[in-house]
Amino acid sequence: MSATQAEMEAVVQRALDAAARAGASQADVLLVEGDDREVRVRGSEIEFVKQAQERGLGIRALVDGKEGRQTSIVSTSDLAPVAIDRMAAEAVALAKATAADPTAGLPDGGFAEEIPDLALFDAQDRNVALDARIEDAKRAEAAARDFDPRIDNSEGSQASSGYARVVYGNSLGFVGSYESASHGLFSEPLAREGDSMQRDYWMTSGRRLSDLEDAASVGRKAAERAIRRLGGKSIKTCEAPVIFDGLTAPSLIGQIASCVSGYSIYRESSFLGDKLGEKIAASEVTIIDDGRLPGGLGSKPFDGEGQPTRRNTIVENGELKTWLLDTYSGRKLGMDSTGSAARGTGSAPRVGTTNLWLEPGEKTLDEMIAELDRGLIVTELIGMGFNPTTGDYSRGAAGLWVENGEIIHPVEEITIAGNLGDMLQSIDRIGSELAWRGRTASPPIRIASMTIAGA
Amino acid sequence: MSAPDANGGSADRALAFFQDRFSLDDASLATALDTALERQVDYADLYFEYTTTDSVSLEEGIVKSGDRHLEQGVGVRAVRGERQGYAHSDDISVESARLAAGTARAIADETKDHAPVAIKTANTAHDLYPVGTAPTDVPVAIKVDWLNEIDAYARARDPKVSQVMASIVCQHKHMLVAGSDGTRVADVLPLVRVNVQVLAADGTRREVGYQGAGGRFELEEMRDPAKWKGLVDEAVRIALLNLEAEACPAGAMDVVLGPGWPGILLHEAIGHGLEGDFNRKKTSAFSDKMGQRVAAEGVTVVDDGTIAGRRGSINVDDEGTPSKRNVLIDNGILVGYMHDRLNAELMGVEPTGNGRRESYAHVPLPRMTNTFMLAGEDDPEEILKSVENGLYAVSFGGGQVDITSGKFVFSASEAYRIENGQIGRPVKGATLIGNGPDVLKRVTRIGHDLALDEGVGTCGKDGQGVPVGVGLPTIRVNDLTVGGTEG
Repeated sequence: MSATQAEMEAVVQRALDAAARAGASQADVLLVEGDDREVRVRGSEIEFVKQAQERGLGIRALVDGKEGRQTSIVSTSDLAPVAIDRMAAEAVALAKATAADPTAGLPDGGFAEEIPDLALFDAQDRNVALDARIEDAKRAEAAARDFDPRIDNSEGSQASSGYARVVYGNSLGFVGSYESASHGLFSEPLAREGDSMQRDYWMTSGRRLSDLEDAASVGRKAAERAIRRLGGKSIKTCEAPVIFDGLTAPSLIGQIASCVSGYSIYRESSFLGDKLGEKIAASEVTIIDDGRLPGGLGSKPFDGEGQPTRRNTIVENGELKTWLLDTYSGRKLGMDSTGSAARGTGSAPRVGTTNLWLEPGEKTLDEMIAELDRGLIVTELIGMGFNPTTGDYSRGAAGLWVENGEIIHPVEEITIAGNLGDMLQSIDRIGSELAWRGRTASPPIRIASMTIAGA
Repeated sequence: MSAPDANGGSADRALAFFQDRFSLDDASLATALDTALERQVDYADLYFEYTTTDSVSLEEGIVKSGDRHLEQGVGVRAVRGERQGYAHSDDISVESARLAAGTARAIADETKDHAPVAIKTANTAHDLYPVGTAPTDVPVAIKVDWLNEIDAYARARDPKVSQVMASIVCQHKHMLVAGSDGTRVADVLPLVRVNVQVLAADGTRREVGYQGAGGRFELEEMRDPAKWKGLVDEAVRIALLNLEAEACPAGAMDVVLGPGWPGILLHEAIGHGLEGDFNRKKTSAFSDKMGQRVAAEGVTVVDDGTIAGRRGSINVDDEGTPSKRNVLIDNGILVGYMHDRLNAELMGVEPTGNGRRESYAHVPLPRMTNTFMLAGEDDPEEILKSVENGLYAVSFGGGQVDITSGKFVFSASEAYRIENGQIGRPVKGATLIGNGPDVLKRVTRIGHDLALDEGVGTCGKDGQGVPVGVGLPTIRVNDLTVGGTEG
């Protein structure tokens, strides 16, 4: 990053001042500066090296109208003073063309008073050379390729490191900033046997390089997953128990979170809209979103409106306890923000999750498989077949077929379908393994019965 | 700057824009490219972009916000064999380009003597989307009034309509690409899109209906009431229809796909698998199938970036290659892949005008433009009558494919049972899954009613989104797996 924190705060202040001069009654400004590195190794070749610096300034201008405030968002990467003044003036002019909204406006208060150190980066990592990340990718790639002779190709192994500093300020006097990093390693090998060709992946990510899983292990696990898909076939259409593994279960948890966002609630477009305080899932289900986990990939000291992040228990022992809210959707529903505003430079605050997870249960995945008479383990999901308004769920899947506690053969070209509301109620096993590979994590989950469509 | 391009139009305007605003002339482009070529690289290119995007959106009966975004920068790439170095900056200047070139060339160690780059004017071949007024220059007040009209019209359509969300999104992009072979091409690309989503409620049941449309033309074209009212009518109709829809059957059955947007089948099942990078690396289910039968007789699939005004159309791709009409499957036989420069070079063929990128911050990849199947001779009604029991899928949401196994999936947003050759009850939540290299072999009927989609598609690959189009005549596909909940 080229600019210092003080320089960035000065830019934010300039934008706030310019918005006020142009006629904004309120404004907030988000400035993000970062640098990113990405390398990909395929076979023995370094295939791709990318290095970039990025910055973005977003201004939200609010103008007093007859019955509420008019709102606009403008964004640019041009931080020259004259450009900032121009953008601020444009923002105010644009806001004046929109309708006054009685709900719009900055939070009334409650801004983060202290900025806790959430271990979002390790200063030592800044000195790690690009060559070290190339080495990580090479080790993952070599381990994948050496795992089995049937691994004879790949889409490559990719390592990335990104650093960013975020400064947020508003016209009510709040200014906050934090630095963060994120590192990742991803390997995607191909396995071939006869006519069957399969790919799969494994990945690790973290705020510190030392959080990452060993590179060779990433490659080996990716290869193991690709190999076990060889010879996959469809199965007869049936109803059966379905286990989502640790890579596919997080998508379900994310879909639940999207259905408790304040926006989908006040828009009446969530199937959970009238279920607050009700039992929406099996009693073992507890889902938490916590923006302050030390070192968490979704952690941040304050949200996109300067509100302190916190721990929100969304579902506790099956009961729906809260919506996730920012200021706007909270006001719509007569509730306080839950510190869940997510914001990019080019967008208005919206509800987002931070570190979201399902609390683990007792049994390992192996034990869950051992006690399964007949059913499916889903290891990959494709497609977007989920309707948040109705909960209808139907997605393409690949995985492993289990009979009498043993994996019999890989499965592909099937869909699994149900209704998310019913699926949540019929979760009858939750695994014990919880591993973070992104901002959402889940142990394996077993759904008592879903419709599996196949040949 | 040098003499105007022979074809004039948007190329000239883009060149003048970068010259006037950022002082980018041929000499300075050559200087930046020279920096990249000081190392042992095969090729280097610079991509300058200046894009304005604005969107105005309505919900709960009021236009709550206006957004305006400016994206500008330069991306510099150095290529050596299969190896690419990439660097970008959000500052449009020769100095930034030179610095980025210094970073990008790091993929090569050895220095090399080279002849100075001589920039030459390249012919852009097309002028597919000339516009008088940039869509981003249409006053916001007009867009606001228009959204209010959409809202009022939608609510008046049916008392069950409980929410209306609508937006008008406009983009105006200037690009200039200069390569170390001296190629220098520029373009101005307009893009508009109007989205209408309604929520219909009946008792406790709620369903959403969506319809959008757009393309590379003046926003004024969408202002025709017949056009935008048609969008609203469709969104309302789909929401109301889904209120009546039953659970979808599960299992393998014969499927009839309607014309237009269901062409997403081609995009997912075939298109991605025919992109040059996957085939060069032999990671596609279509690798080494060139010249072989991959579809039934009568099936011809093309990717055509040269259709005037379409969302997926481009005068030149993002590496400066003019767009083309590329035949991918000719009467069932695989005859062409889609290429960018890198993969074409490595496979020893010509680039096909499919090297596209999301922005200056992204490296070009082989991507689709407008992908569709040519019309056949069958009467669409006869095609429906030919199916005893099956599924008729008219419109779709998103789709996805696993390039390597060839398995693809896409989700219907409007579908019906076919019962005794007749369109029956509407069903919801239908997901179709199949095997790319196999599915088109099971096409048994092709209608004469080829239609292109409404102009709303965005394709994602490696985290990069680009606008695309699809098209299809009514077709019958035998024995496709439908993922529903009913046995």
